[in-house]
Amino acid sequence: MTCQRQNILILYLESSALDARTIGWSLYEGASDARHDAGDADEPPYPTGLAALRDGWRLLQMSPLIPHVPGDEFRTSYLKYEFLFEKLIDIDPAGGAR
Amino acid sequence: MTNIPLRTLHMARFTARGFLRMDAVVPPALNARFLADVGHPPDDAVDNLWQHYGRIMQTSAIPLVIPGTPLADAYPEGSAVAELLALPAVRGAINSLVGEGCVVDHHFLHITFPGRLHASAGLPHNAQVNHQDSTIDPRQAFDVQIMYFPHDVTLEMGGTRFIPGTHLRVVSEAAIARYQNVRGQQHMVCKAGTLLFLHHGIWHGGGRNDSERLRYMFKIRLCPTAPQSRLWDTSDLDALSQPRPIFWTGGKGNQETIESVLMQPEPWFEADTGRLEYINRIRLWRYLSGNPGYDADYWLTRVENEQAG
Repeated sequence: MTCQRQNILILYLESSALDARTIGWSLYEGASDARHDAGDADEPPYPTGLAALRDGWRLLQMSPLIPHVPGDEFRTSYLKYEFLFEKLIDIDPAGGAR
Repeated sequence: MTNIPLRTLHMARFTARGFLRMDAVVPPALNARFLADVGHPPDDAVDNLWQHYGRIMQTSAIPLVIPGTPLADAYPEGSAVAELLALPAVRGAINSLVGEGCVVDHHFLHITFPGRLHASAGLPHNAQVNHQDSTIDPRQAFDVQIMYFPHDVTLEMGGTRFIPGTHLRVVSEAAIARYQNVRGQQHMVCKAGTLLFLHHGIWHGGGRNDSERLRYMFKIRLCPTAPQSRLWDTSDLDALSQPRPIFWTGGKGNQETIESVLMQPEPWFEADTGRLEYINRIRLWRYLSGNPGYDADYWLTRVENEQAG
């Protein structure tokens, strides 16, 4: 018997375009015990969001484009272009990933 | 001893990037005295994380300081901390950034333990997540956090990680924890006696200590009590401000000026909000230089021009 587990990749891109350059990234693996920590890599796993698609990651969500609030147009805060991807991994409950 | 104030380009770099690093500025004897003052035993004598922290908290020579205490009154005369803060380059930087009358917000001795001590305490052995200290803080004025590394820090020891240029982003503490890695992040690897001056808003976190040694970092947060305007050596201020052609530049301009420093992008800049970073740097420079009409590369003049309306 097998079941599936989800791996999550979050890419922060330079603009709203999926083929824009990666400027930030995070990885969470539900299909293994691998742990990814803050500051554990200085180069991204994919140079663009499109490169992640071509490696089998499924795009789940991208940041919407939101009009700027009057009076607050120049304030910067969180990274603006977040793209959330998943891979579903088949798991053998007795033996780990297949 | 005469203090050594910062120069204009130091201040411009701090405005743009949010940090100032002084490598091995504290002499070895003072570093050794600091570690002795806090009660650091040989590393292999520490076998319990909580007991070690508890003992240091109760017995070290680090004083208890009430927030708002003038820096001049916070540390006993002759103590290692008082002496390192009185070094001419250090005191000059403090005065340049937050003024002679600055006060202490808080201080803390951060100890990053090796994996064996996390395991014996039943704690996960992880890096600290990226965060901005304190809470949402939209001020123009800024506090400075001095990080003091009293011993050599190797990459393996997980020195403080920070992301240059993030200090003007208004976020809420660990709301940015989801950002595991950001292009351009730096990891402190340094010689003993290195100081890192940080704008309070910079995104940062402690690294995971994969060595067998304890890692110490003493942090002091200082707050200004007066406007932070022209507190540095401004003798070169006018000479270093040079309006220049933009976009069609003729390929010239290798000289480092206030404008070239403020307009230097970071590797993580987004295509559009990178321009907002420039604008916010210019606004901070207006405050620091006491010149409300200052501009670089026309960014604010353009959006403040209401003549056509």
